[in-house]
Amino acid sequence: MADPMRIRAVARDGVVNVRVLMSHEMETGQRKDASGKLVPAHFIRNVTASHQGKTVLTALWGPAVAKNPYLEFEFKGGQKGDKVLVTWEDNKGEKRSDEGVIN
Amino acid sequence: MNHSRRKAIQSGGGLIAVLLAAGIISPGAALAQSDPFTIKSLAEAMRAVGGQNLTPSDAIIIKAPAIAENGAVVPVAVESKLPGTESITLFVEKNPTPLVGSFGIPSGTVGSVSTRVKMGQTSDVYALVKADGRFYVAKKEIKITLGGCGG
Amino acid sequence: MTRYLGMSLLLGPLLVVSAWAQNSTLDEIARYRAQLQDGNPAELWEARGEDMWKQKRGPKQVSLEQCDLGKGRGVVKGAYAEMPRYFADADRVMDLETRLLHCMMTVQGFSKTDATRRVFGSGSNRSDFEALAAWITSESKGVVMKVSLNHPKAQRAYELGEKAFYFRGGPHDFSCATCHAEDNKRIRLQDLPNLTQKKGAQLGYTTWPAYRVSQGELRTFQWRLYDCFRQQRFPELEFASELSIALTTFLAYNANGAAFNAPAIKR
Repeated sequence: MADPMRIRAVARDGVVNVRVLMSHEMETGQRKDASGKLVPAHFIRNVTASHQGKTVLTALWGPAVAKNPYLEFEFKGGQKGDKVLVTWEDNKGEKRSDEGVIN
Repeated sequence: MNHSRRKAIQSGGGLIAVLLAAGIISPGAALAQSDPFTIKSLAEAMRAVGGQNLTPSDAIIIKAPAIAENGAVVPVAVESKLPGTESITLFVEKNPTPLVGSFGIPSGTVGSVSTRVKMGQTSDVYALVKADGRFYVAKKEIKITLGGCGG
Repeated sequence: MTRYLGMSLLLGPLLVVSAWAQNSTLDEIARYRAQLQDGNPAELWEARGEDMWKQKRGPKQVSLEQCDLGKGRGVVKGAYAEMPRYFADADRVMDLETRLLHCMMTVQGFSKTDATRRVFGSGSNRSDFEALAAWITSESKGVVMKVSLNHPKAQRAYELGEKAFYFRGGPHDFSCATCHAEDNKRIRLQDLPNLTQKKGAQLGYTTWPAYRVSQGELRTFQWRLYDCFRQQRFPELEFASELSIALTTFLAYNANGAAFNAPAIKR
């Protein structure tokens, strides 16, 4: 199973800044291994972030997002102590969901 | 049509459904292409996500270093000051497939995202913003210097 | 005369432009590095290392919280800033990895072979040491380096490390000092710290471990030494060996007085 994400969410002046680090190889499918075989593409396809059931960000990615992806965005209306839920799914169907508490 | 091709189109079909649902592409564009992430030309990739009749806009700010030490990790932030920003889509023109990713911005979310992209070589990076149903674009050149050897 | 004047008028701006171009390149790369600081993927290793530290593992099913890194059993905060150090229970000087290996063997009951199966990770073949080092070093972030040579064995390790630093050999007749004993040396755009000067020694030591952007991996100071040996075409630097500990002692002690500032992120 994939490693947990690191989610940092900080509320300031009514705006919540969210920073997420995800653990993923993000293989392009264009790289060859030592034996000369193509390493199959393996990357996070979509990401959804929600706050109290409301989607606050969606992302659709290809393999050109850097390895161990970083994502930062901001939304309005979150309070300290609220949770932000982030879910990703990769092109092989693997999923991971984690929560971060707003500070 | 061989089996793997059919499979590719099927998985592309699933992606299109997601893109449609997120409002990132228009139904017309969805019919035209299987998977916009596999398109090799910038113009076609932009068209595939609905980006036609683009208006250059200085209300879109691309924050990125002019020179990146390593193309494997290039920090790129996009801030759209356009009212009604619905999505931000990133392209690296000279990557084998220019479309990097697309971010859906629901109302209540600030029109700015930051991530890190891979760049094979020095290239223009484009940010395509959909705001109030129209498409706007900005670009910035990022130079890539490959680092030193091994360690 | 007018021709010379013309030449210098022509060349003058060119020289200015190239000097400016070089400075602005370095400025831009500094900006690139600064922009990466926020959201360092090293945090993913730190999180895994913290879990690993607290998990009951090994044949004895004991967590590393029973391990003494020098400041008391289970104390992690600030421990790395005082390492390598002399450990009376083992009667030898140990750096972080050597101490972890010692604890894995004595506290958790791992065999040396099992514990050292993968000291440097690659992709999905991950190293426990790198994760543990990421977390433990992160707990010294901001702590001033204070390595002690009070014990004679620590003093001896320092002296051996100093000798090793200047020892020339291998097919290229290289030493560590070949690359790291002068100011303003670099490999392409990578500045090489002058480890013989306080400032360079501090900058060099306190910024490892680091997430290596080019490898997508977190690399420790152990790895840094290991790979320098490879680049020098020296025999492989053995993990947790006396030589490795000695070199680390020499370089860590020379960094004393500076605030530890890692895990960092590097190109």
